[in-house]
Amino acid sequence: MIEIKNVSKSFGDKQILTDISAIMETGKTNLIIGTSGSGKTVLQKCMVALFEVDEGEIIFDGKSLTAMQEEERKELRQQIGMLFQGSALFDSMTVEQNVKFPLDMFTKWPLSKKMERVNDVLERVNLKDTNKKFPAEISGGMKKRVGIARAIVLKPKYLFCDEPNSGLDPQTSILIDKLIHEITKENNITTVINTHDMNSVMEIGENILYLYHGKKEWEGTNKEIIFNKHDKLNEFIFASEFLRDAKDMRMLEEKGIIDNDRNMDDILREGGANLVMEGGDSNKPEE
Amino acid sequence: MTLFSTIGSYLLLIKGMFTKPENIKMYWKELMHQSVEIGMGSLGIVAVISVFMGAVSAVQTAYQLTNPILPKETIAQIVRDTVILEFAPTLVCIVLAGVIGSKIAGELGNMRVSEQIDALEIMGINTKSYLVAPKILAALITIPLLVVLAMVLGIYGGRLAGSLGGILSTDTYDKGLIENFIPKNVWFALAKAYTFAFIISSVSSYYGYNVKGGALEIGRASTTAVITSCILILFADYILASFLL
Ligand SMILES: Nc1ncnc2c1ncn2[C@@H]1O[C@H](COP(=O)(O)OP(=O)(O)O)[C@@H](O)[C@H]1O
Ligand SMILES: [Mg+2]
Repeated sequence: MIEIKNVSKSFGDKQILTDISAIMETGKTNLIIGTSGSGKTVLQKCMVALFEVDEGEIIFDGKSLTAMQEEERKELRQQIGMLFQGSALFDSMTVEQNVKFPLDMFTKWPLSKKMERVNDVLERVNLKDTNKKFPAEISGGMKKRVGIARAIVLKPKYLFCDEPNSGLDPQTSILIDKLIHEITKENNITTVINTHDMNSVMEIGENILYLYHGKKEWEGTNKEIIFNKHDKLNEFIFASEFLRDAKDMRMLEEKGIIDNDRNMDDILREGGANLVMEGGDSNKPEE
Repeated sequence: MTLFSTIGSYLLLIKGMFTKPENIKMYWKELMHQSVEIGMGSLGIVAVISVFMGAVSAVQTAYQLTNPILPKETIAQIVRDTVILEFAPTLVCIVLAGVIGSKIAGELGNMRVSEQIDALEIMGINTKSYLVAPKILAALITIPLLVVLAMVLGIYGGRLAGSLGGILSTDTYDKGLIENFIPKNVWFALAKAYTFAFIISSVSSYYGYNVKGGALEIGRASTTAVITSCILILFADYILASFLL
């Protein structure tokens, strides 16, 4: 469990994060969502002390990262894995060397044992036959997989992912999301994911934190998010026509007004549309 | 940033290097890698400029020494002393500031911008000591060696130009080389080489390590690194000359 307690952060006179408190739960995929520039990356980097917080505290399972000395931090960081937005693979090393690097640095294992672990994790992220390739020679989706493999090779207790599916096609995105979700469950990791992808939110949003201009505006689960009554959040999640319609359908379904066998005309005739509006929808069609 | 805060954060970078390595073997590997990159990488250019530098100074000295009373051996002495005292350490290091400085600043800048430095930090690695210290150490090992090589090749270049151009015979040249030789000059040149090696590697590491922004800033950081190193080298050259000679 990671606790964020009243965290504020500014760069110069520009306030980026304002008084954020939240809890990232163990064994769950915790999502930080918000538009670009809302402060997701800064919050995540504050959580791992790549940025120092101005105020507040970050607590990893009862131990305050904020209060730690450099040496203690280095120790804690060996339990942290991080997947960066641009993958951040070492371009002078092959895929295999990238994944092996943390093992080289922090274990005294013999080469055979290291290679076994490397091949295990590469297999876990469904990468084969790329061991000897350089990052420049593989696709964006593969880079993310290598990034995940490198992040989990030391069996971390905490996993941070900054927009794991930015720049990927929708299909690959979902695969990556599912992969992170599965790994989280398998190893009971506390996973924190930054995203602005609604697919991710719906698929793996077990605990969601919504940031708006550096403030926490909402938190909840993917089940709660569809029916939330928060205007700004709704603007964010229902930015697309398609999702708005999908939501309306879902509400009708929930209320038992439609099932897949009946068509929309029937429902409208019965006054289903009014029910949608009563349901607290902030995106009313037209008035 | 003001001059003082730049100097301050430069000193903090240097101070930050002195921590216990997470894994000695990996640091050693990185040092070897950097030594090859920095040393072997600049071997060719150093060899070429030293030979020509010696050759040109032989030809020009001969051109200026028109007084027939002066023995031909003087040419060899002048070539030897200018090469050892100034050309090999200073000129070579100015060139190396361009070659090595931009390489270091570019490499670190790229690692910063693509978050590779953050990735190392998050693993619990002190990047100041893992990335910067081996570069500085490698420069301190290889640059003085390159300077010594430049001395030898420079003097050889003068010898070659002298005989090819019919200025003086190789025998006369060799005789001139050992006349009035001051060994202290070589130590002085080495002192310069160590100083310049530190300037080049640390200054360009500083600018590369602290890149903010994107690809454009990497180029800008490289340029700043090279210019700053060159100015500091010339400044240090003057200071050392005034104190040690
Ligand atoms: N190192 C930095 N220095 C100054 N400002 C920064 C820095 N990093 C991010 N910012 C600013 O913080 C704000 C939030 O950025 P970020 O957290 O990257 O947003 P996102 O939610 O898209 O990840 C942006 O306005 C950005 O310009
Ligand atoms: Mg971001």
